[in-house]
Amino acid sequence: MYRAMKTSRYYEERMEKAYLEGKQPIFNIGAGPVPGEMHLSNGQEPAAAGMIVHLTQDDTVSATHRPHHQAIAKGVDLKKMTAEIYGKKTGLGKGKGGHMHLFDPKVKFSCGGIVGGGIPHAVGAALANKKKGTDWVAVAFIGEGAANSGAFHESLNLAALWKLPFVLVVEDNGWGISVSEKKSTSVASNDLRASAYGIKGYHVKDNDPLEMYKVSKEAVERARKGEGPSIIEIETYRFLGHFQGDPELYRPKDEVAGLRAKDPIERLKTHLIDENMITSEALDSLEREIFQEVEAAYQFAIQSEYPNPEAALEDVFC
Amino acid sequence: METKEKIKKLTGSKAMIQAIEQEMNRDETIFIMGEDIGKYGGIFGSTTGLFDTFGAERIMDTPISETGFIGAAVGAAAEGLRPIVELMFVDFHGVVMDQIYNHIAKIHYMSGGQVKLPIVLLTAVGGGYSDAAQHSQTLYASFGHLPGLKVVAPTFPKDIKGMLISAIRDDNPVVFMFHKTLQGLGWMDQIEASLGPVPEEAYTIPLDKANVVRQGTDVTIVGAQMMTVEALKAASELAKMGIDAEVIDLRSIKPIDKATILKSVAKTGKLVVVDEDYYSYGITAEISAIVASEGYQYLKAPVIRLAIPDVPIPYSRVMEKFVIPDSQDIVNSVKKLMTA
Repeated sequence: MYRAMKTSRYYEERMEKAYLEGKQPIFNIGAGPVPGEMHLSNGQEPAAAGMIVHLTQDDTVSATHRPHHQAIAKGVDLKKMTAEIYGKKTGLGKGKGGHMHLFDPKVKFSCGGIVGGGIPHAVGAALANKKKGTDWVAVAFIGEGAANSGAFHESLNLAALWKLPFVLVVEDNGWGISVSEKKSTSVASNDLRASAYGIKGYHVKDNDPLEMYKVSKEAVERARKGEGPSIIEIETYRFLGHFQGDPELYRPKDEVAGLRAKDPIERLKTHLIDENMITSEALDSLEREIFQEVEAAYQFAIQSEYPNPEAALEDVFC
Repeated sequence: METKEKIKKLTGSKAMIQAIEQEMNRDETIFIMGEDIGKYGGIFGSTTGLFDTFGAERIMDTPISETGFIGAAVGAAAEGLRPIVELMFVDFHGVVMDQIYNHIAKIHYMSGGQVKLPIVLLTAVGGGYSDAAQHSQTLYASFGHLPGLKVVAPTFPKDIKGMLISAIRDDNPVVFMFHKTLQGLGWMDQIEASLGPVPEEAYTIPLDKANVVRQGTDVTIVGAQMMTVEALKAASELAKMGIDAEVIDLRSIKPIDKATILKSVAKTGKLVVVDEDYYSYGITAEISAIVASEGYQYLKAPVIRLAIPDVPIPYSRVMEKFVIPDSQDIVNSVKKLMTA
């Protein structure tokens, strides 16, 4: 779990730099080796890692437009993922998808750019798991903004009605772009909505990785045993803007500094050392290994070739 | 010629804001709903500053409850208000299409003209900056296909303001598409066409008239928004080769201004239609069909259609450039037509 969180953090810090290449001094969203929108997940690692550590390759994850931490925790091929974000032909989608549209069927991972669009896909995967008689689970990740979409409510109704092995993780980072949860949501938190569907709701406070680990374990075990779906809402942090280049005039200036002081990765690290679960030497060597893995993925992406322009015409149909 | 009229250079974004502000001052029944249109001012700068002027009652940030707030525009309009509703990207309309094509577009008709729905649906269109398949479409034709909706896609700031005022004053639902690159936003490509002279006072420009933006005699090029910009660029290149192109800026997708197109083709005998939307069943097909059925006698060569070749918009820059038509594609097509 620590590995997934730390990998994700290195990855995003590296991406923050890569994204700015070619965009300085004048920011142009379409310029540089990594063009287009970029939604980074720094700070939100506990939500993904605390859940996905309980999943296997047979379990499905449907992720969001801010997908890197979820993809990394699920074991998506890091080299191919990075190549995709660089628009290279060695990428997961041969350069056609980009950072919001990563598909790695080998580890049953997908994500998408439409808010709430992926929730019913995970419900469908859970339906298939049940029909096939497996104990596989399907997990959808969303932001708190998506919990006000029709897809959220319809999906939960179906999952509850059919008692599916489905878990919905709501990453409440407080902000749907510029609109706060308080101003957009009729209840204090989305786990309360579980009662409307007769399912289990869990609330994780203060971006706590250990608590996320604990409730996710319970929710996944319940789903595997056929005890039905759950919602987990975690109060998480978005260290950066909605997208890179977001002027963030809508949130108080000191909010981010306060969040960074409570960095969940540092908290987990302290816990691991205090509880003698790992030595600091072992942690250092793990971090070096992670750093090298991330760097290798970027080098692979940078050195890969761009697709032929005509490749745009392929893959519309099988 | 000197006039008393005050004219300032504005970006597409500022032209939109001015139109909305003037209309909201004129008519208290107008209000706006949408995501991040309050303090943020619209992701593509359509409402910047309006929250400070009009407050949260009239500039309403909504949750991502899109079927809900676009459907709510129907009820509010039927009760006599004039809602302007923004849905950030045209690509996001999938989830609300029931409200749009089964309700907003049809209620006036189904009620035998009793219920009027003066709704403006604002949305940003267009690609060219690697935002990939779910954030780069134009979808002109998807909306133009539906009876009961007026659909406009102006290019230049002056038209943006005048057509937005017309849209707000119109008693029919109007889909007002603005192109991201033509908004003149600091964080996107900077292009000349996104800045232009705009009269300060309120004025209207009809919702059903195309505009001849360059007179010529040898070939007619029809486009909308960025394709008009590319067509003008191509026309300058062609002029250097001694080819005199006429460029028509469509402005209105529905109703489409047949007369202006036919008049031009009658003069030139040659037609290139260029579209940032998909090839099949799109603007290029529609205009070709209009000319084939109502102006066949004018044509001296087959019509050339340039559009996205029926693939989703790819992410990687090299592939995206390949699928979106540009001035070079237009120049090549015209050269081919001239030797035909």
